[in-house]
Parts: sequence; C-alpha cells; structure tokens
Amino acid sequence: MISRLFSLARLGTLIAKESIQMRRDKLTFGMMLGVPLMQLVLFGFAINTDPKELPAALVAPTQDRYTRAMVTALELTDYYRFIAPDASAAEAERMIARGDVAFVVTVPSDFGRRVARGDHPTILIEADASDPSVASGAISTLSEVAADALLRETGQEAEAAQRAATQLRVAVHRRYNPEGITQYNIVPGLLGVILQLTMVMMTSMALTRETERGTMENLLSMPATPLEIMLGKIVPYLIVGAVQVAVVLLAARAMFSIPFVGSLSLLLFGVFVFVLALVILGYLISTVSRTQMQAMQLTFFFFLPSLLLSGFMFPFRGMPLWAQYLGEVFPLTHFLRLVRGVMLKGADLADVAAPLAALGIFAALLTLVTLARFRRTLD
Amino acid sequence: MSAEPAISVKGLTKRFGDKTVVNDVSLTVQRGEIAGFLGPNGSGKTTTIRLMCGLLTPDAGEGIVLGHDIRKEARRIKLKVGYMTQRFSFYEDLTIEENLRFVAGLYRLKRARKVVEETLQDLGLHSRRKQLAGSLSGGWKQRLALAACIMHKPDLLLLDEPTAGVDPKARREFWDEIHALAAKGLTVLVSTHYMDEAERCHRINYIAYGTLVARGTVEEVVAEAGLTTLLLTGTSAQTSKAGARLKGAQGVEQVAHFGADLHVVGRDGAALRASAERVAADTGCTLTASETSLEDVFIRLMSESADNMQ
Ligand SMILES: Nc1ncnc2c1ncn2[C@@H]1O[C@H](COP(=O)(O)OP(=O)(O)OP(=O)(O)O)[C@@H](O)[C@H]1O
Ligand SMILES: [Mg+2]
Repeated sequence: MISRLFSLARLGTLIAKESIQMRRDKLTFGMMLGVPLMQLVLFGFAINTDPKELPAALVAPTQDRYTRAMVTALELTDYYRFIAPDASAAEAERMIARGDVAFVVTVPSDFGRRVARGDHPTILIEADASDPSVASGAISTLSEVAADALLRETGQEAEAAQRAATQLRVAVHRRYNPEGITQYNIVPGLLGVILQLTMVMMTSMALTRETERGTMENLLSMPATPLEIMLGKIVPYLIVGAVQVAVVLLAARAMFSIPFVGSLSLLLFGVFVFVLALVILGYLISTVSRTQMQAMQLTFFFFLPSLLLSGFMFPFRGMPLWAQYLGEVFPLTHFLRLVRGVMLKGADLADVAAPLAALGIFAALLTLVTLARFRRTLD
Repeated sequence: MSAEPAISVKGLTKRFGDKTVVNDVSLTVQRGEIAGFLGPNGSGKTTTIRLMCGLLTPDAGEGIVLGHDIRKEARRIKLKVGYMTQRFSFYEDLTIEENLRFVAGLYRLKRARKVVEETLQDLGLHSRRKQLAGSLSGGWKQRLALAACIMHKPDLLLLDEPTAGVDPKARREFWDEIHALAAKGLTVLVSTHYMDEAERCHRINYIAYGTLVARGTVEEVVAEAGLTTLLLTGTSAQTSKAGARLKGAQGVEQVAHFGADLHVVGRDGAALRASAERVAADTGCTLTASETSLEDVFIRLMSESADNMQ
C-alpha cells in the first residue's frame, strides 16, 4: 500500500527528468550560479550603511585658526571630505541641492571672537538628510569632536583632560564587529537574500511551466503521486541551492574576509532548513499560479516586503512593533538571525534554536498547504 | 469479469463556469471493442475523455472504468489506461529516448531499458533516439506519443485525435496496430474527425454540443438518420448549375460537389426526389439513387443540434 503511494523509483525518474531539463536550459542554469556570485560582488562591495569620507563644503568667511582647527577635527573623524574648502553660502547651497556634497559646514565670521570671549560659539552643519543613513554617523560624532577640538585650541589641554576625567563617559563596545564594517552584516545576509530570490523564483516556475507547455495533462494521467511530483521538483533545486551556498560562503571568505567564528555544520544545517522552506514556498506559488508570469509576480510580491522587513535592509529592532510582527512571517527574518548569530557571534545550537525551529515550522506548514492545494486534476 | 464493460458512464456532466460542456452523457464501451468518438469542434470530446480517466471531476453523473469508480479510484484507473492527449504533451526538451524512459520509470516497468529499446525499434526511431522530441515533425510526434502510451500494456486506450496530421500510410499502419491490439483484448476509445477512421471502428458515438446524439455501428447510425441521398451526374458545367438551383429547394438539406458529381441529401425522400428530378431535367443531368454516407449523417446531426441549441 505504501509503495503504491510513494515509490523511490518513481521519484528517481522524476528527479532525473527535472535535472535533464534544468541542464538543457543553459541560460537559466547559468543564471542559477552566475546571479548569486554577481549579486554578492555587487551588493557586498556597494552597500555601506556607515558611509565615510562623504563630500562636504565649507563656508567660512574668516579662516582663522579656530576655524581651521574645527575643520581638521571634522576631517579626522573620517566622515567628512571637504571638496569645496572655501565656498560662498550661495555656492554651498547649490552644491547640496544638486547632491554634489552631503554636508555644508558653516563657520560664522564671529566664531573666533566668540571663542575668545568665552561666549557660546555656534557652527552650523547642514546635512542632506534626504537619505537619513548618510547623515546619522557623521552627525553623531559631532558635538564631542567639536568641543574637544576647541578646548585644545584655546590652550585648555588640562581642562579638556579634566572634563574627560570627571564627566560621565559612556563606553560603547561594538561587539562581534568592532570596526562596524558593514560587509560583516551585509554578506551573511546576502546569502539569505540570494538564496531566497533564486530558490523561490526557480521552483515557482517548476509546475507552471508544465501547465503552460501542456505537459501537465500527460504527467497527471500517469501514476505519480502529488508527494512524488513535489519532491521530484524540489530535490534538484535543493542541490542547486547547496551549490549556491558553497559558492557564496567561499566567496565571502575570499573577497570580504568575513570572520567565521561559529560551527560550520550548524550553519549548513540552518541553511538546509531555510532552503527547504524556500523551495516548498516556491512550489506552493507554482501550484496556485496558472502562468509563469503570475508565478514571477507572486514571487516578487513576496520578495520585496521580506527584503525590507526582515532586518536585511533596516535594523529589525528599529521598526515599529507591528512591522516587527509582520517581519516574523518571513523565513528570511529567522534565517538572518541564525546566519549572523552563527557566523559572527559563534552562536551554538541552543542560541539559534528559536530561528531554527521557526524555519522548520515554515517548511512543515508549507508542505501541508502545498499538498492540500495540489490539483490532481485539471479542473 | 470480461462481461463487464470497459467503460460505463452515466449522466456525465461537466460545466466550466456557467457553460455546460458535457451534458448528461451516458456511454458504454465493451471490452475488446474499438469505439469511435466523433463530433464537431468544441463539442466536448476531449472533456469527456478527461472525465473518464479521472483528469477532471464530473459535476454530475458517475462512471466505472475498468471496474473502478472514476470519482474515487482515479489512481487505479491511471495504472491501467493509456491516454494520448490531443496536443503533444511529452517533453520537447527531452530526447525521444529520455521521454520513453520517463514514462517507463513512472509506470515502474520491469526491464524498462529493454522495453524502451523495443519501442524505439518498433517505431523505427532507434537511430534518432538522441533527437529532442520537440524537433520531430508533427506526424512523428503523434507516433511517439502513441508508442509511449501503450508501453505499459494498458487495458484501455483513450486516444484523442491520434492521427491528426499523420500521413495516409502511417495512418493505415496505426489502424492496423489498433485492430491487432483490440484482437488481443485491449479496448480502445478513439476520437477523430476522419470519416474513414469512423468506419474502421466497431461502434461509433456522436456527440454534439455536449450531448450524445447518436451511437451504434456505422450501419445503425446511418439507418437511424433516415436520410435519402441522390446523385446527379453530368458535365461539371451542368452539375454546378444544378447545384446552384438545388440549394434551398424543397426537401433538399445538403448539396455537396464531389468532382463533377453532385450529392443531394434530405430526410423527406419524396420532396427531395421531386426537386432533384425537376432540376435534373432542366440542366440535363442524370439522376440516380445513392447510398447515404456517414459524413452526410454527421452534417445532418450537426445542423440539427445547432438548431436545438438556439
Ligand atoms: N478548462 C476549460 N475551461 C473552460 N472551458 C473549457 C475548458 N476546457 C474545455 N473548455 C470548453 O469546453 C468546450 C469543449 O471542449 P473540448 O476540448 O472538450 O472539445 P472537443 O470536442 O475536444 O473539440 P475538438 O474537436 O476541437 O478537439 C469548448 O467550448 C471549450 O472551449
Ligand atoms: Mg478535443
């Protein structure tokens, strides 16, 4: 009875057929391996959430020594690069409007006098906050840098030292990524994003292709069970996924020297569960769409919010609570916790049990829905 | 066991949206019989066949195919039925051999390799077995599909227009093969638009706009239609003039040219004869009685059901 419902031989036949078709479709096959690598290189090098050396303009009518001290201090933070060190207010305005500079630093003409008088000197930094992430790092370092620079310049070295000693200092340790290198965060995340895009998209077309080409009628008229058909479709993609994982991990190591402090086998296990959930999701999309175009649209409908809400693009804990709840429904969210935990923090099984369990539940639920949704008939 | 018909469906009905595509169709096919399934385009032949092999669920009616309920035991039916789809539905991006291997694997055939090998030999495709199925000509695709669906030695063959686009010689070979298989006890239900093929069937079933309107042997169907057919012969100028005058004349329902001959058909024999005699005399044609052909009957049935639909 069992053998009537499930046969390894039949599954083998289905897998063999799917693999041959995959191999013959040279373009798609190339894409499956080429696209991940391309995305990794592109995004890995391009995305930087803590940008440094941003272009800035300086408006300083009187270039006295206080002004120069300020400018040097700002440049030393690495955030500012003054490409227009002696701009007029109007020029600076035009430059920031055009986007040529990200900051305009204005040191008023009475700045030196006020410092000398011990008055409250003011400098104005205008940041192009149309992209908030550009501005944040640069601005956050600002007031302290400026204050210290001035104290030193007015010869109050001792006072500066004392201020440092008596005032409350908040120590910040950037753990797991002391230099705050964006790539350490992005590249493991990219593994998830790349897998998600290719796996869901490829499998989402698996069944619709059969429907569109009319081969579904023939397939359904032969004795293959829904489970066999499903496994026959997803196993080849699991193998492709494994190759992708190897490619991305090796490239991450070679190109970005991402530290890997955790257990490799734990990571691979997590990746396996994640990919499993993805291919089943893709297959589910495949059972509900009638054309490959629909499948593609559904994939993107799912892909974009998961990219934005998973914590890949923006810090997960920074989102409003409702968005965090929404984010929990995406496998990517859990995978990101897992992969960052294992790769960067050296998390062990107990640490990542929650995301792992979540991914497992995804896979199981999706399987059930899919098998229930599968149309054994052409109705 | 063998007294039980291979196909026995009752009151089969299928709707797509609010359109009834198959309407209360009851049909019996005995074991070892070659049953023809005929009807105009869009009349529901393909849909009925899909209902019988469990690919579609009927909205009403029931059926037993090879002893199994079409609603509940579709899986068992699939194991014993060979279904050849109207549109080529094997994988165009697999080779001929890979397609056959795939089928053999799904049916878990014993000695699959050998069966595939033999099928390739029989088809005469052995030398081209590495060719992609998509690159075969239309007729060869049909032959491949047929070979693939008899590989697992089914008890019942459901063939949906298996010879569309196949050349006459291959068509004859195909029918010889069908008769040979039927002689061994295989049951065949075959849909077709060709009259000569209908005449090769043991019995025919005619469906129009979802309703089964005629069934029986060819002779029975022809006799039941109660048509009178007359033949006018003469020069082509004479018969074409006669044809123009006979169209729409009293008692004349069909006028068809066959070369220089003119075929006139009608149910009311007396009225038909009166009109034909008058026109024959006027145009100098010779009038003789003729046998009603199956085609005459089908055209009659088609226009009849079209009238009923209105
Ligand atoms: N899946 C479907 N959804 C909606 N309508 C359908 C579907 N399948 C078939 N039909 C409609 O049902 C009717 C009967 O179609 P069917 O294919 O059974 O006819 P057929 O007798 O096989 O015609 P042909 O001789 O052209 O092959 C047609 O009008 C067709 O448009
Ligand atoms: Mg049809």
